[in-house]
Amino acid sequence: MNPESLARSLAQHPFCKDLTQGQNEFLAGCAKNARYEAGEYLVREGSLAESLFLVRAGSVAIESHIPGKGAVKVDTLAPGDILGWSVLLPPFRWHLDARALEPTLVFALDANCLRGKVQADHGFGYAFTLRLLAAASERLTHARLQQLDVYKAELG
Amino acid sequence: MTDALLLESMEITRVRHETRDTFTFDLDARPRGGFRFAPGQFNMLYAFGLGEVPISISGDPLKPAVLTHTIRAVGPTTRGLEALKKGDGVGVRGPFGTPWPVDEAQGKDVIVVAGGIGLAPLRPAIYSMLSRRQAFGKLCIAYGARTPADILYEKEIERWRGRIDVDLEVTVDRGDPDWRGHTGVVTKLLRRFELTPESTVALLCGPEVMMRFASRELEGLGVPSARIYVSMERNMKCGVGSCGHCQLGPSFVCKDGPVYPLTKAEPLMGIREL
Repeated sequence: MNPESLARSLAQHPFCKDLTQGQNEFLAGCAKNARYEAGEYLVREGSLAESLFLVRAGSVAIESHIPGKGAVKVDTLAPGDILGWSVLLPPFRWHLDARALEPTLVFALDANCLRGKVQADHGFGYAFTLRLLAAASERLTHARLQQLDVYKAELG
Repeated sequence: MTDALLLESMEITRVRHETRDTFTFDLDARPRGGFRFAPGQFNMLYAFGLGEVPISISGDPLKPAVLTHTIRAVGPTTRGLEALKKGDGVGVRGPFGTPWPVDEAQGKDVIVVAGGIGLAPLRPAIYSMLSRRQAFGKLCIAYGARTPADILYEKEIERWRGRIDVDLEVTVDRGDPDWRGHTGVVTKLLRRFELTPESTVALLCGPEVMMRFASRELEGLGVPSARIYVSMERNMKCGVGSCGHCQLGPSFVCKDGPVYPLTKAEPLMGIREL
């Protein structure tokens, strides 16, 4: 995919939808398409965070391996979701595993390239970080509700 | 209903174990000429010698010969009901309470948001909408359970999921290695549906905190709060608004609810002392 059509595709993703055309073209310089088959890992816990992923199609399980229990799913990502604010935050390591549950298409944004662009253009960096913050806030809200274990507490 | 306080004994014709702590009874309503109710209403069920509990009707309103309830065994009375078997009798009073606004939803998109055993009171509304499917716009169902083992009505959910005119998503708060579906809270599913928010009716039932989060999410998507309906639960005893046990601010949940528009329920949900 050439950079122009990659920028147009990126602009369709909910994470990038409100970025300007120029910002999307700027971001497209860090992006590539990637496909993962069912069962294939996008990232492994502890490994270096080399890409931020924007999910385009398919679904991704976020898992943690618990000895004796195996992989425990804590979340599922769907088209429109993002994976990977670890790319902007030291020590740039993944905290959990991410595994494709079905054939999955993503935009993979190169971490070094992204960090460079966020530093080089603070306007872009602000817009990009604000979107990351919104995604993180939404994820935190959901995690808090999950933490409440509301179905256990309900009365019959 | 002849007398709201008069108990009627009905015979159990079928018992199904849905999950490790939840079961469904079918009661024979033929001797009384059928049991008519509106989706969302509940009955008071009496386990003889133990006590009475409010239980939503979970069956098909178009099949009045069978009266169905899905019950979670969490206390002495519901555990007593769980111990009953086919041929045993159960005391029934009802139906009570306000229904889901199924007729009002005609011509609009509908999103059903259920959490845990909250799917049971919504199932009659789903049956009702499916029986005249063309009268509604899109029909979306979001169902959240604690774990894969806690999912109610699994076979029926698969049948609904297989329909091209129903968009259904199930999620669990805690997945296991064999679970291939969504993991995460039910509110996360809501933005995945392609609805026309301004003309959508939302029916919510589950733990109150789940309904608070879900209603905020729906409002954020543009669904008017006047078209969001929630089913509240309080300590219902008499069923007719006389005893005051289920008082919620100025209303009685057994008589003025359990189904409320969010515009009425939200101010009350926000008062912590209630």
